[in-house]
Amino acid sequence: MPRVTIEKDRCKGCSLCVEACPQQVLEMSLDINVKGYFYARPVRAHHCIGCRVCAITCPDVAIEVAVHGTLYHYFDY
Amino acid sequence: MATTVFKRPESMSTNITHYCPGCTHGIVHRLVGEVLDELGLRERAIGIAPVGCSVLCYNYFNIDFQESAHGRAPAMATGIKRTRPDTIVFTYQGDGDLASIGTNELIHAANRGERITTVFVNNAIYGMTGGQMAPTTMPGQVTTTCPMGRDVQTMGHPLRVSEMLATLKTPSYIARVAVHKPSYVIEAKRALKKAFQYQVEGRCYSLVEFLSTCPTNWAMTPSQSTKWLEDTMLPYYPLGEFKTPDEEE
Repeated sequence: MPRVTIEKDRCKGCSLCVEACPQQVLEMSLDINVKGYFYARPVRAHHCIGCRVCAITCPDVAIEVAVHGTLYHYFDY
Repeated sequence: MATTVFKRPESMSTNITHYCPGCTHGIVHRLVGEVLDELGLRERAIGIAPVGCSVLCYNYFNIDFQESAHGRAPAMATGIKRTRPDTIVFTYQGDGDLASIGTNELIHAANRGERITTVFVNNAIYGMTGGQMAPTTMPGQVTTTCPMGRDVQTMGHPLRVSEMLATLKTPSYIARVAVHKPSYVIEAKRALKKAFQYQVEGRCYSLVEFLSTCPTNWAMTPSQSTKWLEDTMLPYYPLGEFKTPDEEE
């Protein structure tokens, strides 16, 4: 299963990843991080298809994506 | 076993950027880092930092960097490239730096065909100094120095830098891309990679213009600003490659 890891203290809460995700995996947290922002976090991780769109749109390089096994990707990046 | 398919490029440092939430400068930084990694240029690359929001961008890269005077990045890049032709030199400039005070340096560097790459971030406003009108500000756009909106009768029309440079006879690679949506980011990376590739081959000057957002100074949320960019800037600043060195030869 693909795994999205968000480094919460790097997140600035712009929510671009939440809007970009085609599977609604991510949501904004109700807690704040060390910088005082509401950070994004994966809440429906089992819906993740490992498309990397959240990480590609993140301006703060806070997101890392890992997949298990071979995964077909619709686009090169 | 898990395979990491997306992580921070090695050319970027672990420092957290000082940019506002939703600012697409971070995406452009990452694209530069990824392209340098993929082409294996990290040890040879020298970046020139501008004056503007990205004035501290040397903090975010694991490569050699040099700060230049306002707008003079292409002139400094020319000097570095001519004395050390084996290096890969790129300038990272915003629209206030490149299209306003540094227009002269930019045009002449492009006209001389210096083998450098310019990363041009166009967000239609002066970001660092507090949201003043830039040459690229859209007609009717409200900024702190045009509170009634930009009036094209007295302030002229926004400057299309890429089209202007594409009219020069010297061979060059000029492209305009956008980074407000993931699909555009993927296209943007292709264009940037091509630009660096041309420099590695020593063929021509290359410039990639990134249409970028500035949520703070546009007074919008990050998602509103991506929509504003799409509705307002994209029709005026068409995307695409305006010039490639192949068509000249």
